[in-house]
Amino acid sequence: MKFCLSIWAAAVLATTTTALSAPESDSEVNAHKAALDLAGAFSNEGFKIRDGHWSGTIKPHEHALIAVNLYAGNQYWFSVGATDTAKKLAISVYDESGKLVETESYNEDQKAAAGFSPTSSGQYYVMVDLVDGGESSVCLVYSYK
Amino acid sequence: MAKAIRLDSISIPSPGELFAALEKPGKPNWVGQMRGPVGMNYKNRAQIALNLGGLIADGFIAVEAKDSQQVKNIGTDIIKLAKALGVSENVLSRGNSINEFAENDEWDALQEELEATQNEVKSSMQTHRDQDLVILVSVGGWIRGTQVVSAAVLQNYDERAAKVLRQPALVNFIQTKINAVSPEIRNDPLVKDVSTELPEVEKLVSFPPGKAPSADDVKKVNDAVGKIMTQIQAKQESK
Repeated sequence: MKFCLSIWAAAVLATTTTALSAPESDSEVNAHKAALDLAGAFSNEGFKIRDGHWSGTIKPHEHALIAVNLYAGNQYWFSVGATDTAKKLAISVYDESGKLVETESYNEDQKAAAGFSPTSSGQYYVMVDLVDGGESSVCLVYSYK
Repeated sequence: MAKAIRLDSISIPSPGELFAALEKPGKPNWVGQMRGPVGMNYKNRAQIALNLGGLIADGFIAVEAKDSQQVKNIGTDIIKLAKALGVSENVLSRGNSINEFAENDEWDALQEELEATQNEVKSSMQTHRDQDLVILVSVGGWIRGTQVVSAAVLQNYDERAAKVLRQPALVNFIQTKINAVSPEIRNDPLVKDVSTELPEVEKLVSFPPGKAPSADDVKKVNDAVGKIMTQIQAKQESK
């Protein structure tokens, strides 16, 4: 039930975050840089960074839920970066039925990452959570190999 | 979950991502998946956008095949089609980078450059109020990628490789985006044809989670996307 509420809250937020075609603000550009900086660490292990990304603004204790379509056989790392107002971020991944997926995780200040290897191709949901800090611009990128 | 953020730029996987998954059980015969040159004289903007997406997928195939000459040829064709759509100078300069990376066999850099080129084309389209064409580039790329992957799986059937074809939500997302474009584009005969075929493709790629499609299932997918690809390449009479 708790998960359902979280997903619902994220879905509501999804309608209020920055639209795709809107120009990115300076803070979103900075969040993007932070996300790429973190994702760059996985490049050393052979992960390729997707050029596409999502960026938006999250208020404290709110989530953003982003749908991605992944392939069985690949390994993935989702990296999120935020502006300085964020103190702690978290990423979690859910499968298409809403079940939490077990991931490796990394978390430090304005950056967080989650990695896993799907056994089934299809849609997954990446939830970005501002655990601590003020309203922040955040950006999600992902890498695969 | 129905209201989760779905963006062209992050919710639609790149052809490189699809091909990386296909390679895990064993390297497919990438050279055998390459096709002849694509027409460059399309007049219809929707058709150009669909073919541009397919051509970018071809670029990824050439990179996987490590065929630098083919990469350069495809790079040149990508720029020609992009020019026909009136995209920005930034995109055109990508052609030089593709050539340079191909000359130096920098395959990883080429993959990144191809995806960046695709995104820059889309971004330029948005700037030029061609937002409706953006999804068509993605559609062209996904259909061509799926055609190649299903053909490669059929050549050497492996359950693990076949599993990459399961993408019902992705096809549904593409269909939703096409339904949201302007009536002018949506009623284009070619776009209408593609849109009409997508629900069938969605059914064909809706295997239960974790279950691999049979070789027969894969053939049905290949036939369905092959039919769409033929329409995209050949149809000249649409407005």
